Amino acid sequence: MAPKQKTRNPELIPGVRKVSRSQMYHKRGLWAIKAKNGGKFPVHAKQETLAAVEEKPPKFYPADDIKKPLSNKRTAKPTKLRASVTPGTVLIILTGRFKGKRVVFLKQLTSGLLLVTGPYKVNGVPLRRVNQAYVIGTSTKVDISGVDVSKFDDKYFGKQVEKKKKKGETEFFEADKQEKNTLPTEKKDDQKAVDAPLLKALEAVPDLKAYLGARFSLKAGIKPHELVF
Amino acid sequence: MPFKRFVEIGRVALVNYGEDYGKLVVIVDVIDQNRALVDSPDMVRSQMNFKRLSLTDIKIDIKRVPKKKVLVAAMEAADVKGKWEKSSWGRKLIVQKRRASLNDFDRFKLMIAKIKKAGVVRQELAKLKKETAS
Repeated sequence: MAPKQKTRNPELIPGVRKVSRSQMYHKRGLWAIKAKNGGKFPVHAKQETLAAVEEKPPKFYPADDIKKPLSNKRTAKPTKLRASVTPGTVLIILTGRFKGKRVVFLKQLTSGLLLVTGPYKVNGVPLRRVNQAYVIGTSTKVDISGVDVSKFDDKYFGKQVEKKKKKGETEFFEADKQEKNTLPTEKKDDQKAVDAPLLKALEAVPDLKAYLGARFSLKAGIKPHELVF
Repeated sequence: MPFKRFVEIGRVALVNYGEDYGKLVVIVDVIDQNRALVDSPDMVRSQMNFKRLSLTDIKIDIKRVPKKKVLVAAMEAADVKGKWEKSSWGRKLIVQKRRASLNDFDRFKLMIAKIKKAGVVRQELAKLKKETAS
């Protein structure tokens, strides 16, 4: 915090200050300013006030007063990551079509979601966003120093907005549907670029690839609250 | 069936309840019908109800309420730690602790190892069966 400003004139009792009016005049050095400015206190030239714009009277006055909601200028911070979730950690996804899959965590995006990859060749999980709440962080770490994730952000994963084509008949409809289903080659290349150094790092540790290829599940006799992940 | 493990001065016991759960302690004195004065190299000498103690087979040679130094020396001389870790009870506890501390990856590796071992055993068994059949 900035150091407190020194008050020249402290309040001794409510309503009673230490230094008198004339002493304050001297303390503030107003005499020196006046002397510098030839006996008078310097005055700014008045700024030209813009002519008021002609406002037309409104056409419509609402019958009841509408209350304005209070202004809210709060900005959301990205969710705080649990201590167990650090870049390179193996995560277990708990919900969605990839439930039970063990996956490598790359980075946290600005929206707070976690950027994650299978790698795709190992377990079929592509570059994907995942919510921290639906994930278990294990204590297994993978070396992701060779991976460049700077180009991925929430926009990359947003839905592609397509311009509406002319209102066609059923023929157009079918043609559109077939086009949308394939992944653009860019994304496939991105996947490969991210996964290549990762696969090398995985092969360095024995059994790690098989581990990531297997799904996690609860079996008889396992107590999840006693498991160490 | 006579009793074999007695509450006596020098009896090593395992704490089975409370803050000191899992520790090996030595009974250094008996307070009354229900309580013992108990001591261990890593704790302050204190009283414990017998219900909190599980007696072991190990006994060390000490006098009533020895000083800490004397107690530690006696425990070293009798090699309490070594005896405990060799005993089947002690080994079981060590294995339990190891299993509880396994990581998710460790559990996976364990599963793979079990499957491999079972595979090898089955192969050998099949060989032996073939030999006896033929």
